[in-house]
Amino acid sequence: MAFINYASREINCKIVYYGPGLCGKTTNLQTIYQRTSPEARGKMISLATETERTLFFDFLPLALGDIRGFKTRFHLYTVPGQVFYDASRKLILKGVDGVVFVADSQEERLDANIESMENLKDNLEEQGYELEKIPFVVQYNKRDLPNQIPLEELKELLNPDQVPDFEACALTGEGVFETLKAVAKQILVELKKGRK
Amino acid sequence: MLGYQSSLVMYDEEYQRIVEIADKLLRESNGKAVFLVDRNGQLIAATGETEHLDTTSLASLTAGNIAATGGLAKLIGEKEFSILFHEGEKDNIHISIVGGRVILVVIFDQRSSLGLVRLRVKKASEEFDRTLEELDRKSAEDTVDGNSQNPFAEITDDDIDNLFR
Repeated sequence: MAFINYASREINCKIVYYGPGLCGKTTNLQTIYQRTSPEARGKMISLATETERTLFFDFLPLALGDIRGFKTRFHLYTVPGQVFYDASRKLILKGVDGVVFVADSQEERLDANIESMENLKDNLEEQGYELEKIPFVVQYNKRDLPNQIPLEELKELLNPDQVPDFEACALTGEGVFETLKAVAKQILVELKKGRK
Repeated sequence: MLGYQSSLVMYDEEYQRIVEIADKLLRESNGKAVFLVDRNGQLIAATGETEHLDTTSLASLTAGNIAATGGLAKLIGEKEFSILFHEGEKDNIHISIVGGRVILVVIFDQRSSLGLVRLRVKKASEEFDRTLEELDRKSAEDTVDGNSQNPFAEITDDDIDNLFR
């Protein structure tokens, strides 16, 4: 649910990074933070445990620039990936405008990816959304590690609807901005179609 | 089931009205700062001593806080906790839900008191609620009118691509 403010001429949208534990959601945000100019980014907030596992969410506000005289701002959130934090994940999906699913490409994480994707669908439905109808992008992360699941297999399992998808290595930044750009673009296209 | 939920829209007139109410609340409660935040974490308005505060983060964390306490409330069979209060050494935060949809935040120190803030918040909430209802009505009319004001109806792919250059 975007927030259009005619008074301050701003548009605010919410993007949520979803995916199994340790797939690299927080790393995506950290990379975006590190590679964005200080004027365009706000403070990155991480509500994490002592061992750097996300406890509630990470938050990064980004200002992309003007579009037709409106400042375009995106608020990036991650969810905690660990299975038992489901209550928190549901809360963070509230009012979402677009979702990025970050998949872990390592063979041993195949089941975790599938479980997380199912969980995403369930939680969206609970909020009254359908995954097929909202801006959605899939990122296959950790493409630099050994034990890769073949890309075709990942696509077949996690992206049967063939939404835009990207191979990535969030640590080195590969594919990170392509992913963000693709989801932001879809959100703006939805706004163009008008409020429903 | 909605695929894409309706946007929150803020117009000039209602924005001015909201800032007026917030200013009045700030004065009458002797507070340091007053914020109005959407339940999804977007800052709607801020007034008072906000220059040293990261208002964007404050909005996001407040909404997270309300969402988490709302989850707790449901676990014990309550609909929600409509008021939260955080006490610090110097500064305190009073958080309340207005009209079930937006969050009102008052930051105050020893120049005020919890009792005074609660009293003034209650009064201001009714005024905020009326303005928000007006906003809903206007926004609904606009949608029915064919969404004539949608500033994004005319954007092109180039406009979008330019954002990422």
